[in-house]
Amino acid sequence: MSEAPNQSSLLLDMKNISIEGFSDERWHPIINNVDLTLHRGEVLGLIGESGAGKSTLGKAAMGYTQPGCRFTGGDVLFDGLELSRMNVRDLRSIWGTRISYVAQSAAASFNPAHRLLDQTIRASKRLGERSEQVLKNDAIDLFRRLNLPEPETIGNRYPHQVSGGQLQRVMTAMAMSPRPDLIIFDEPTTALDVTTQVEVLSSIRDLVAQFNTAAIYITHDLAVVAQMADRIKVLRFGEEVEQAETRTMLSAPEEDYTKSLWSVRSLEKPEQAGDDVLLSIANIDAAYGSSKVLHDVSINLPRGRTVAVVGESGSGKSTTARVITGLLPQLSGSVTFEGEQLPPKLRDRSKDQLRRIQMIYQMADTAMNPRQTVGDIIGRPLEFYLGLRGRDQERRVIELLEMIELDASFYDRLPDELSGGQKQRICIARALAAEPDIIICDEVTSALDQIVQEGILNLLQRLQDEFGIAYLFITHDIATVRAISDEIVVMWQGKVVEQGMKNEILSPPHPDYSELLLSSVPEMDPDWLDTLLAQRAAEGSKTIKAQD
Amino acid sequence: MTETQNQAAPSALNETAAVRLRRSRFERIRILLSRAPLTAWFGMIVVSLYAIAAVFAPLLAPYGEAEIFAKADDIWSSKHWLGTDQIGRDVLTRLVYGARNTVGIALGTTTLSFLIGGGLGLIAAIDRGWIDQIFSRGIDVLMAIPSLIFALMLLAIFDSSIIGLILIIGVLDATRVFRLTRSVSLNIVVMDYVEAARLRGENMGWIMTREILPNILPPLIAEFGLRFIFVFLTIAALSFLGMGVQPPTADWGSMVRENAKWITYVPYFPFPDAMYYALKPLLPAGCIALLTIAVNFIVDWFLHETSGLRDV
Repeated sequence: MSEAPNQSSLLLDMKNISIEGFSDERWHPIINNVDLTLHRGEVLGLIGESGAGKSTLGKAAMGYTQPGCRFTGGDVLFDGLELSRMNVRDLRSIWGTRISYVAQSAAASFNPAHRLLDQTIRASKRLGERSEQVLKNDAIDLFRRLNLPEPETIGNRYPHQVSGGQLQRVMTAMAMSPRPDLIIFDEPTTALDVTTQVEVLSSIRDLVAQFNTAAIYITHDLAVVAQMADRIKVLRFGEEVEQAETRTMLSAPEEDYTKSLWSVRSLEKPEQAGDDVLLSIANIDAAYGSSKVLHDVSINLPRGRTVAVVGESGSGKSTTARVITGLLPQLSGSVTFEGEQLPPKLRDRSKDQLRRIQMIYQMADTAMNPRQTVGDIIGRPLEFYLGLRGRDQERRVIELLEMIELDASFYDRLPDELSGGQKQRICIARALAAEPDIIICDEVTSALDQIVQEGILNLLQRLQDEFGIAYLFITHDIATVRAISDEIVVMWQGKVVEQGMKNEILSPPHPDYSELLLSSVPEMDPDWLDTLLAQRAAEGSKTIKAQD
Repeated sequence: MTETQNQAAPSALNETAAVRLRRSRFERIRILLSRAPLTAWFGMIVVSLYAIAAVFAPLLAPYGEAEIFAKADDIWSSKHWLGTDQIGRDVLTRLVYGARNTVGIALGTTTLSFLIGGGLGLIAAIDRGWIDQIFSRGIDVLMAIPSLIFALMLLAIFDSSIIGLILIIGVLDATRVFRLTRSVSLNIVVMDYVEAARLRGENMGWIMTREILPNILPPLIAEFGLRFIFVFLTIAALSFLGMGVQPPTADWGSMVRENAKWITYVPYFPFPDAMYYALKPLLPAGCIALLTIAVNFIVDWFLHETSGLRDV
């Protein structure tokens, strides 16, 4: 902390916190002797990779541990109350009213059967200090402050009737309704599109400042935390790496680990033009049932190059991939692979055509059968396409494992025994096993920590250099695009907005939509959000409400 | 869990992951059993006793299944521990053979219904098109008719041989298995790994047995235990109505029916004999009840272990 702490304003004081989790018949340490202090009105950013214990520590600030976890040491002093030793009944009188929690997935945190307004005021109603009508008016006021559309009536809707970004803001209103002293935000914008994220971030920040609420902001996105926090604490393996005031932390991190986190986003690849078109889709129209989702989409993918398809959710990126793979036959237009038209339907394609176009998914968790071992998963395409069995198959699997920087010890593991990055590597190995010409990568890095993302991107690049595989790289993250692509296709509402070489697309002038998308990507500058909001306010016309 | 912690440059090998200890199957079962609650142990012991009785019936039973002795409706004696029935067959022998017949038929029927219902359910879930519609609506029609009445009707039309009984109840019961399999499979079918298998060009058989089946096995196994009990009760009910297992084959349901009349005479017998006549219909009924409870205990435990709801 840079300034001398004012003892009277100290709200939360956690000392020597240690927490253990139970798995595999034993207790394992999750958090080791971590201290955390928070003053009234202060925002603390908690960052680290997944598994670093940041969510566990955040929840511990409420005196709460998840089932299967326990406090083994330390005190949680919240405004003079000792939370870690209180019983659940007493804690309940504090949770939701004096300390509230905003979860990553708003959609999973609302009861689908109740209206938003009723859920928003539930905790405050329990307090019984103010009448229901007062609370409802207050909630509507909060909706207004959070820039929600139609604040008067939006509360009468059910959770499924609003968008993800709106729901996340309603959840913030819900947390704010009882005017808590402390709010814990657990990755509240991770699941949102960048354009929506800007909205949510600025709303949260304004509201926290207006009510002088203290907040713990948990995230793995450094650029986001730079906008939100007064102070940043870096966690790794359940221990504190370092802590400093935001500007100090960004400009001069002390520890090597923090520096490595900071440098990830600077990955950049020189673009290379390719003239040998391997896959070309032309004038594709496609629809789910009666709703048309792709309009006249044309994309060329040169051999051995990477084309990034950029856009927010609902822009038709993944649908384009489904058309290429044959999962969704197009209404009109053609998919040409090496000068030959591919049959629109999956079942009409030959085994060799299937082999040459492989796919990697966003969620490696759901892309691997949890009941199959790594050996089975990578071995199957070897057997299916190339007829490798027994010893030969096993040898090849181990070769592939080494190619993705893992080793033979992973052969017998099940998917849930792998970390997120390792899982994605196994999926890459499975695609690689088929010896494809093209790999379609659908948001393959967006569910991973930044430092792991860097590893995956480097791996993909190395494989491209070695085997000349072409990538169709679907993503919404501009940093990823910079790191891997040669060419860029920007999509919006099922149409191609812009298409060209990377540097050409990333340098101004941009069409309106590309401009909005590119400017919404958070940067590691604590003033970025302020500058952006000021700029947008000045330009006036480019409000982002249209997107939401 | 081995936690690999390395402060050096980040590398994929060193990423933290929860790797379970490699244990032999024997060791895993030992750990599982050591945590089993008393009720589960009770269930397992009872079921094993029934299994032993069913397998070794000819060795355990004192007499032949349909062997007739001179004195009918005899009360318990050192020769006939549980007396004889209305035409002079040894009741203990009939009970032991009943385990073999009743449980055997129930097992066969449940297996059949799972093969039919499970297979069709998987196909319907993978297809999600008109095949699914045909199967599902057909099953709805079958389920709309009360199954016991339907079974009685079919048994009257065809005959009540053991094979006929197994086929009819198996098909009728498959409707419920179909619905369960279809609904749990639908959650798995949408997974990316099933899509990955389809993109690879795998056929229906592979997707059904390798990608989906292993992931829906826990609810299916639990359902198998419960279905088994229901089939068991259905057969007992049919036998009680005279349409189930036909004499001279020993069966608990028929034994309850044959001995039910004795309950009404109990007050007219002197004390020790009265006990015997009260027990006569209760013994086969108790065999059914005991197995029902035991299987349910095991299923409860299994569900608890696989659902992830267990508290630490």
